[in-house]
Amino acid sequence: MKSRAITSVLAAAAGLLAGALVILLTGGDPIAAYTALAYGAMGSGYGWSEVAVKSCPLIVTGLAVALAFRAGLWNIGAEGQLVGGAVLAVFFATRTPHLPSIIGVPATLLAAATGGALIAGIAAILKLERGVDEVISTIMLNFIVLGVVGYLVHGPLMESSGNYPQSDALPTFARLPRLFSGYRVHVGLAGALALVPATAFVLYRTRFGYVIRATGSNPIATKIAGFAVDRCILATFVASGALAGLAGGMEVASVTYRMYDNFSPGYGYTAIAVAILGRLDPWGVLAAALMFGVLEAGSASMQRVAGVSAVLVSLIQACVIFALAAFEYQRASDRGGP
Amino acid sequence: MNLEITTALATAAVAMAVPLLYAALGELLAEKAGIINIGLEGFLLLGAFSAFAIAHASGSNSAAVLATLLLGGLWGLCFAYFVVTRGANQIVVGTALNLFAVGLTGILYRAQFGVTGSALSIRPTPPLEIPVLANLPIVGRALFSQTLLGYGCMILVPVIAFVLMRTRTGLELRMTGEDPRAAAIQGVDVRRIRISALVVCGILCAAGGSFLAIDYTHTFVEGMSSGRGFIALAIVIVGRRHPYGVLGAALFFGFATALQFHFQALAFDVPFQFFLILPYVATLVVLAFNAGNTNAPAALGK
Repeated sequence: MKSRAITSVLAAAAGLLAGALVILLTGGDPIAAYTALAYGAMGSGYGWSEVAVKSCPLIVTGLAVALAFRAGLWNIGAEGQLVGGAVLAVFFATRTPHLPSIIGVPATLLAAATGGALIAGIAAILKLERGVDEVISTIMLNFIVLGVVGYLVHGPLMESSGNYPQSDALPTFARLPRLFSGYRVHVGLAGALALVPATAFVLYRTRFGYVIRATGSNPIATKIAGFAVDRCILATFVASGALAGLAGGMEVASVTYRMYDNFSPGYGYTAIAVAILGRLDPWGVLAAALMFGVLEAGSASMQRVAGVSAVLVSLIQACVIFALAAFEYQRASDRGGP
Repeated sequence: MNLEITTALATAAVAMAVPLLYAALGELLAEKAGIINIGLEGFLLLGAFSAFAIAHASGSNSAAVLATLLLGGLWGLCFAYFVVTRGANQIVVGTALNLFAVGLTGILYRAQFGVTGSALSIRPTPPLEIPVLANLPIVGRALFSQTLLGYGCMILVPVIAFVLMRTRTGLELRMTGEDPRAAAIQGVDVRRIRISALVVCGILCAAGGSFLAIDYTHTFVEGMSSGRGFIALAIVIVGRRHPYGVLGAALFFGFATALQFHFQALAFDVPFQFFLILPYVATLVVLAFNAGNTNAPAALGK
């Protein structure tokens, strides 16, 4: 465990180094760029609040991906499940009569989790009933969800004033309250943080978690040992999708308040990097999500102050994974999680 | 539907199909060797950027394409280093590759050309018209007034079919994908086959990206691969992992994409998003109802 954490730290450093190299090669000043990034993210209360806002969806989708990967399920569909969750949350909140917040917020988030779970459920059923590889089905579902959401925000879900291709704003009863006035950080942060030990508990201390890990390392042996592997696959996929959907619900209920095209800046894909860097461990996911949260939150000020494009963050994330792949020798046949 | 619209539609369909076909043929070879590469999208984007940047700097489109093909082979080699040499997970590395391409091309583009917003364009490559045939109604302009890259992928389909089905290399490639251990016992150099397949995949994606930037749009826009790499993954499945099937699927999806742009002219009362999701829905349907018979190599992704 410890050596794995050290490898992750080294990989993170290698990713930052690769980013610095690219800045240098394009005629920029890496020290100035990283200083601006660090200052933008961590130099003020507002910066920290933005780190929390960016980290929230990454923690929750990171957990979603880690859980699925642990069971050997290559769920590449967190992006679609997140967006699907958000759209169902918007459907519910904008179509339902007024509710008190104490019911409205949990009900909206429940709708989001249901949306994500349904989309993941399609991939799970295709896998179990028809033997369809989940890598392909989840990628396809991502694009199907994006297309359908595009249609919805240009059509049935378009705002009542009809000016822009976006949904109506969520009514206040469905919104997550902010922690401090003037800052975007919201109570969802507490929820995301609470999900970390909760996921760790399920994964390491329950029978369900044991079956997940066993299925991930050897599904055939697990089946022979008498565990219901198929049911575990379905339950894990649905739980993973529900988490990703919840992340989308939190995002729409606390940050954007509306649904529109390109609602997610690729959280579901970054989540894969988060889960890998966090070594598919809930606490590792938390650490990785915070690191990427800092990068995302500080990238705007890096672009403004040092003139280095914010897309550098994607490059750093990719190089972190490449570094991990280069550091760690893994048998190619070892497709499951540890 | 009048002749003019039909001709325009056919021309657009083929132009849309070319990059898809290149990427899908590359994926076909990789998958036949047992490697699933979900980083096609990244390969296409890197290819489009490099072709544009080199063409813009050198003023020579052919030099840009040649250099891009070389770079494409290099990207393929990098992918192979991680998944074949280091045995890293193919899905993880593919995902990282897509992120990498978005980051690298974004930074290089803005560093080189600024964020002026005014699209820079390069001189288009004049098409090579085949006399007489180019004047055929409907398909003439689409098929017989293409650039070298456009003709290239049409010729590649039978070539790849021949190599796969009729040569020793093709046999070794398919053996590697079905059962690498058995192939190794038969004396096949599994690693060399897989690395070569990924290098060729990289080169083909580079060709697709070059076509997109140089021959089709004459410019570069950040993220311009816009999901084509994932449609190519779908094409390989819908085309049943056969070169001619892949050709058919690429043309079909190229046509669906072209329709999206022409649907207003055709006065269809269908939301354009329907055409956007068509390839993905088709793939799920094919997989759901034919999962036992998609010709997936037994050791794919292992």
